[in-house]
Order: sequence, then C-alpha cells, then structure tokens
Amino acid sequence: MASRPRTLYEKIWDAHVVEDRDDGTSILYIDRHLVHEVTSPQAFEALRLSGRKVRRPELTLAVPDHNLPTTPRLDSAGHRLPIADPESAQQLAALERNAPEFGIRYISATDAQQGIVHVVGPEQAFSLPGATIVCGDSHTACHGGIGALAFGIGTSEVEHVLATQTLLLKQSKTMEIVVDGDLTPGVTPKDLILHIIGVIGTAGGTGHVIEYRGKVFEEMSIEGRLTVCNMSIEGGARAGLIAPDEKTFAYLKGRPYAPKGSDWDEALAWWKTLHSDKGATFDKSVRINAADIQPTVTWGTSPEDVVPIGGVVPAPESFSDPSKQDAARASLDYMGLEPGQKLAEVEVQNIFIGSCTNSRIEDLRAAAAVLKGRKKANNVKWAIVVPGSGLVKRQAEEEGLDKIFIEAGLEWREPGCSACLGMNPDKVPAGERCVSTSNRNFVGRQGPGSRTHLVSPAMAAAAAVTGHLTDVRELME
Amino acid sequence: MEPVSEVSGRAIPFGRKNIDTDIIIPAHWLKTISREGLGRGAFQALREDPANIFDQEEFKGAPILIAGDNFGCGSSREHAAWALLDMGIKAVIAPSFSDIFSGNAFKNGILTVVLPQEQVDRLLEVARTDPINIDLTTQTVTTPFQDRFAFEIDPFRKHCLLNGLDEVGLTLSRDEAIAGYETMQAAQMPWFAKGTGLAA
Ligand code: SF4
Repeated sequence: MASRPRTLYEKIWDAHVVEDRDDGTSILYIDRHLVHEVTSPQAFEALRLSGRKVRRPELTLAVPDHNLPTTPRLDSAGHRLPIADPESAQQLAALERNAPEFGIRYISATDAQQGIVHVVGPEQAFSLPGATIVCGDSHTACHGGIGALAFGIGTSEVEHVLATQTLLLKQSKTMEIVVDGDLTPGVTPKDLILHIIGVIGTAGGTGHVIEYRGKVFEEMSIEGRLTVCNMSIEGGARAGLIAPDEKTFAYLKGRPYAPKGSDWDEALAWWKTLHSDKGATFDKSVRINAADIQPTVTWGTSPEDVVPIGGVVPAPESFSDPSKQDAARASLDYMGLEPGQKLAEVEVQNIFIGSCTNSRIEDLRAAAAVLKGRKKANNVKWAIVVPGSGLVKRQAEEEGLDKIFIEAGLEWREPGCSACLGMNPDKVPAGERCVSTSNRNFVGRQGPGSRTHLVSPAMAAAAAVTGHLTDVRELME
Repeated sequence: MEPVSEVSGRAIPFGRKNIDTDIIIPAHWLKTISREGLGRGAFQALREDPANIFDQEEFKGAPILIAGDNFGCGSSREHAAWALLDMGIKAVIAPSFSDIFSGNAFKNGILTVVLPQEQVDRLLEVARTDPINIDLTTQTVTTPFQDRFAFEIDPFRKHCLLNGLDEVGLTLSRDEAIAGYETMQAAQMPWFAKGTGLAA
C-alpha cells in the first residue's frame, strides 16, 4: 500500500494502471467511453478493416450531438425528419450503423435521453467518481466535475479504447487551483473559470491535470463544477477534477447507470477515499480569491482574453510579450473592437445559450430568472436557447422556463452542440457578434467571420435584454 | 500498418513555417466518415493557385514532404495525417513539428524527421531537381550529392515503424495483463460494470 500522501489524480491513476512500460508510459484501463458521430467513424472503419472487435461494448455509450439540427426532429405524424446537410446526415447514419454492428448502446437523435455527450454522461450516471472516462472530444474534462479522471482523445485513440479498453499514457503533472472566499452575487462558476483562464493563460495547465480546490468548489453545485471542469482544456490542461463529496453522491444516486443496492454502498466507500491526502504535493499551485471576481467577458479570440464586464478593451501594447501583442492586434481587428472601448457598450446581434459548458437546468434557470417579464432588444436578431439534453429540456418545460424564453423573444430548441461550433445549421453570420455561453471564442468557431464573446448564462440573458454586453447585476433586484 | 524502413523518391520542397492543420486539411473535410479520399482536400487553399507546388507534375505522388518550423500546429485533427497519407506522403522532414501532429503522424505510419534549419534548407534545394532518401534503420537522410544528415527518433517509435506495428496491435499483445486487471476490478470494484445496468 502506498504510504506517501497522494493527490486525487494520483489515486485514480494508480487504481487504473494495467502495466507500466519501459518507455515511461503506462497502459491505463478505461472505465467509460463516450462516442459521438464526428470523431468515431474512422475508428470503427479501422476496426472493420483489421477485423477487430470492441473489447467491452457495455462500457461505451454512443450519442449523436454535434451535427444534429436543433429544429424539430419529428413531423406532426411522429416520423423522423431528414437532415438536410448530406454530410451531417452521413455522419449520423454512420454512427447509427456502427453502434449496433459493434454491440454498443446507442441513444438515438429522437430519444428523450439524447443530448451533448458531456451532459448525458453525468446525467445518466454513466460517468462515475473515480472512473477513467474518455471521449473523442477535448471537452471531456467536463466529467471531472463529479470526480472522474476524464479527458479528450484523438480518433486513433478512440480505436485503441474500443479494441483494448485501455490507453497508452504518460502520467501528467499535477496542478492545484485553490479558490477561497465566496463568489459575490451575479458571479457564477462560468465567470470563475473564465477568470481562472485569464490568470493562468491558455497554456497555464499544459502537461498538467488540474484539481480545483477550496471553499468555493466545496460549496458549488455539481452543475457548476461541471462548468468549471469543462473549460480546463481552455487553460491547457487535458483534465480537471474536483473531489467527489456528499453533493456528488446525492446527485448521482438513483440515476439510470448508478450502482444500486450493496454495489452503491461499496462504491460509496471507495469514493469517500477520493480526495488529495493531507500533505500531498502538486507540481504547480495557483491561489485565487473568489471575492475579486466580477462577471467576466471575453474581448478577443482566445479564452484567456478576459476582462470584468465593467472594464475596457485592452491596448495591445499593454501586454509585455511581443507575440501576445501581435495576437491582441489580430484579435481586435477580427473582433472589430478598439482599445479603451467599454465592454458594456458593445452592441450584439446574436445570443446563444447552450453548449456542454452551460446548458444544464441551473444554467437555464439562471438565464430565465433574468429574462422573466422582459423582452429581448430589437437589435438582437437571433437568440436561441439550446438545452443540453432532452431530459434538461423536459425539466425546463415542467418548470415553465420555455415560456419565459419564448415570451422574451428567444427561440427554444432541440438539444445538441448547435452554435457552439456551427457544424449544424446554427451559425453566426460573418461580422456579427454573438454573446455565447459556450467555451471557445476562436476565429470562425461559430461560423466563418463570427465574433464571439464568452459569458455566463445570466450575462447572456442580460445582453439579450439590453442589446449590448451588460453587467447582469444591473438587472438583478 | 505497412512497415517503413526506407522512404525514397521525390520530395515536395514546400518549406513554409507554422503550417497549421487547418491549412493541411480545412475544417469542412472533418465531416467525412472515412480516412480515405482526404488527399483531395489537402492544402486546398494553397492549391487554388494554379502554380502551387503540390500539383506540379513532377511532385505528384511524391512520398516526402519538406516543411518549415512548427509543422502541424493548431487543432488536433487526425485528418491532417490522413490527408497527407492519402496524397501518398510517407515521411515529412521539418525543423520542428507540433507534438500532436507528430503523434498522429506516427500512429498512421508517417515518419517525421527533425533536422536543423540549414540541413532542411539544403534538402529544399536538392528536392527541386533530385530525389531524397530517408533510411530509418541508420537514421540518415541522404541525397545523390553526398549529403548525409543524421536524425534522432524515439526508439519505441522506430521499432514500431520498422515492424509495421500499430499501437492497437501492440496493446492487444498484452491481453493477459488487461484480462488480469479486469478480473481484479470485477472482484474489488464490481460496481464499475456489474449492477450498473452496464454488464453485458
Ligand atoms: S457543445 Fe461545443 S464544446 Fe461541447 S461537445 Fe459540443 S461542440 Fe464540443
């Protein structure tokens, strides 16, 4: 038994090592594998070509999300509507064919459980604390919010996991981000993670697995933790995690794939040991005071380009690094912003509330709380709310949130990735601005020429009401 | 995977720096469901110029690409490696590569050779008119003009490339260890699969 104090990451890692190899890598066992239509076709193709089987089909769950249109999927007679884009249709058809062929559980586009992979995993308790979870998608880090070691992989690795239920990996370094104090009203987990990325930079976590620690995370809801861990990749880390606790256990208990009966008790006993030991050391440590954080918004084309909503667009010369100065100039040019301009005066034409970062029920409630009894501004041409899953959608409708959105002039859509990356028809027109609750403000991410400002759901709702970037606290009683 | 021990033939003297995976294969090609056929989309924007190097008769089907610093940076899309493979490229020579690209290239049996800029410059010059030879066994790049440049490669990668071993095949050869882990997990943490509704 190891007597040296270990971090949470090391505990999960150690529990999954099949074999250490001479070249410094290990064969790591993978407990859960999520598959969607974009990064899997070539993996299945390779299995087929080499005559290989899926080793443990029951540990993989497939669900389409990236390409699905968010308009109704059934006609009035209950028949499935075709997908107009032939390439999207082809990717979906491939997944629909591959899943049964290889014996993999498949949630179809018209099932109530369908949704974004990273929303579906925790919601179904397919994702569990202490599990190793992978998916051909860089935002897999999301599942770290329930205390799982979760990270994105490439297509060859998808094939590797399907065939062997393992991956070849080098152990990462560890980084702790400790946030003490309390978040002030109007400041959400999204503002916190944007602020964190601003502090550490997009390369700050490279080569590391981040553990988020401190009072703020202990008090945060599970959904908030999922939001924070989701964007670990934007801070350069392949994975981010938060120790599971009573909230995590209460969240998971009774969900479809959660252990039952005595299995639950046994699982719980192990989960309770999953925290960094006293005296465990991290390779890197960052401390942040929650009280310093304001509602936060991005101004540029990198997620580290953040400022508090009360701030101004920075001057490129204000950065010490010359390459950052160049990047800032290019960003401002692309974004159509001037140094010194007040963020709160920037007009917007599009609003997107959704994505695996912010499309869960708490996110929708936060947006609805701001929109209730209000209307979107006239200059906002397009505003959509895309729930993360069919179950989130149903819950929101039970709570009447859909009515609030519709009455405010927003569109209420079917679940999927949607305008987060615009693989489906939901795109932001070139040169227009979108206030978005997603995770990437890259050049062209929401459509060629689109300009993205990342914010929390409450801030997106506030911008919808005023038609410009807005401090949500001004709209709160 | 096909074993690779020697790659020789014409080399495309491309030489540009910071070629990101979006230039190698634009995003809309990501909607494909096959690894094949991506060669048509490779370097699409550059190939809109009729004078581009890739479509010059003498470089069609060339097995080697000579690039500049930081080749393959940007998005992690494996399609970049598939696109090169589909063009017929079996080796890329550059002063440096992005980590993710060189990993993806390796996984698909493409040899990435790192050489100092001066040597790459010399090869760019030779490649205009003459073939180049890469010998993985001796880790050297040679030209018909007595140039002889040594390169480093991770011994594990070299072994895999020489023997045509793909990682999946290698790991499958450790089946006993994996099965052993599964038996242990089923005994100590049975709930990971059993009782979750996941057991087959
Ligand atoms: S919502 Fe966006 S970030 Fe999340 S999985 Fe879909 S495309 Fe990726």
